[in-house]
Amino acid sequence: MIWCSPCLRTGYLTSFLRTSSANTYGRGLFGLSIATVATITLALVLVFFYAPLDANQGFIQKIFYIHVPLAIVSLCGFIAGGVFAIGHLRTGDRRWDMRSYVAIHMSLIFAVGGLITGSIWAKASWGHWWVWNEPTLVSYLIVILLFATYQPMRFSIEDPERQATYASVFAIVAGAFVPLNFIAVRLAQQYVHPRVLTLTGGNLPGAMRLTFLVSLVGIALLFVTLWKFEMTAKDARMRLRRARRAVLGEDGLRPLGRSAAPS
Amino acid sequence: MKAAAAVLRKDLLLELRTLETVPAMVLFSLATFVIFHFALNRETIEGQLAAGVLTATLLFAGMLGINRLFVAEREQGGFDAFLLAPVDRTALLIAKASALFAFLAVLEVIAVPAFAVLLLGPPLGPSLLGLIAVLGLADLALAVIGTLVSAIAVHTRARDLIGPVIGLPLLIPALIATARAIGPLLRTHASGSPPGKWLAVLALYDLVFALLAYGLFDFLLED
Repeated sequence: MIWCSPCLRTGYLTSFLRTSSANTYGRGLFGLSIATVATITLALVLVFFYAPLDANQGFIQKIFYIHVPLAIVSLCGFIAGGVFAIGHLRTGDRRWDMRSYVAIHMSLIFAVGGLITGSIWAKASWGHWWVWNEPTLVSYLIVILLFATYQPMRFSIEDPERQATYASVFAIVAGAFVPLNFIAVRLAQQYVHPRVLTLTGGNLPGAMRLTFLVSLVGIALLFVTLWKFEMTAKDARMRLRRARRAVLGEDGLRPLGRSAAPS
Repeated sequence: MKAAAAVLRKDLLLELRTLETVPAMVLFSLATFVIFHFALNRETIEGQLAAGVLTATLLFAGMLGINRLFVAEREQGGFDAFLLAPVDRTALLIAKASALFAFLAVLEVIAVPAFAVLLLGPPLGPSLLGLIAVLGLADLALAVIGTLVSAIAVHTRARDLIGPVIGLPLLIPALIATARAIGPLLRTHASGSPPGKWLAVLALYDLVFALLAYGLFDFLLED
């Protein structure tokens, strides 16, 4: 076992540590977290103490400041997952696959949150947990159904290279599917509800619009922070594994369990 | 193009000699019509309900074909042989999508008249041309998305599960458009022409996914 003699090992380790501090995802994470907490706190203060009560729906309308940003951010996250996947297929760099994976799985969590808050809002204002004539809610469900298959698909492909490539193809197709699906479902409504909001916040009164925009920025920052946090964690775990392999050799590594996550 | 024609010819010959996929799809649809008869407890159906039954049945029957599409290539080394040949990889996409389209067309030639006899209330005659146009566009969507999904699913361990699970949500917009376009054609006093809005949605859907499949299919063949 000449290759793992102590001096060789430590030499490899120091050079490894020196080169690997160059591009970590952890940089800026602290500032980002502070900004996120501050923005979300500000948004909550605005929601509860500044934004006026809705004339028809009263207090329950305030769930809109959580629900709509969650929906918008998760949809953007799904599309971002597709864009990262294009990066993976173009460059062949597995880090793009990791970015795409983390974006999609974060978005999935946010989207489930959006679905649940939407359902609560529907119950409060229309009296039903689920209404088929609210196109955004229905499109949401379909998009979630599609993206929920992303991880089972990854999980059932053994070869990591193939897993990454197929997941990228899936992410691009599904990213393109998001807008098409919204068009089809919106067209399928017999009559469209009067929209409380257009994407630009067009017909909201000023105080509501300001609150909404601050909430949107807050949720978007939360998404970016969590994305960065998970990327940092995965990156650190991989570096730790490489360092253990360098110091302890193959015996020091616990075998990787099968996983849907890129490794 | 020549390579695509050769693979397509191989697939159609294989199907003609083994009669494996299309008869299964036909039998599945007929059984489904019988199930719908008892489940809905109706002698005849019409309008949007009939359109829904027809579309859902064809979609699920199509899923059977989609699941089988690449199985022979995988089990008998067709993928490796194709990759060894000095031809454009897109040829396989074109050949497989055309084969699936042909299977679906044959299925519909049998299943739609059977549906008219077994379940449909109003006569099919006046709106037949409109129906053919809608089903043609729908088959194109099924063929393109089915080929893409099947190529992904065939390399997974749980391929019979992964195929439909990815394919169904991807096909929901196409299903919405098909069912809504067929609905007015199956009414008692049908106008005979499908709503242009839904034909446009189906055509847009076909176009977008055909381009995506064309761009991405190469990556599914790498080995």
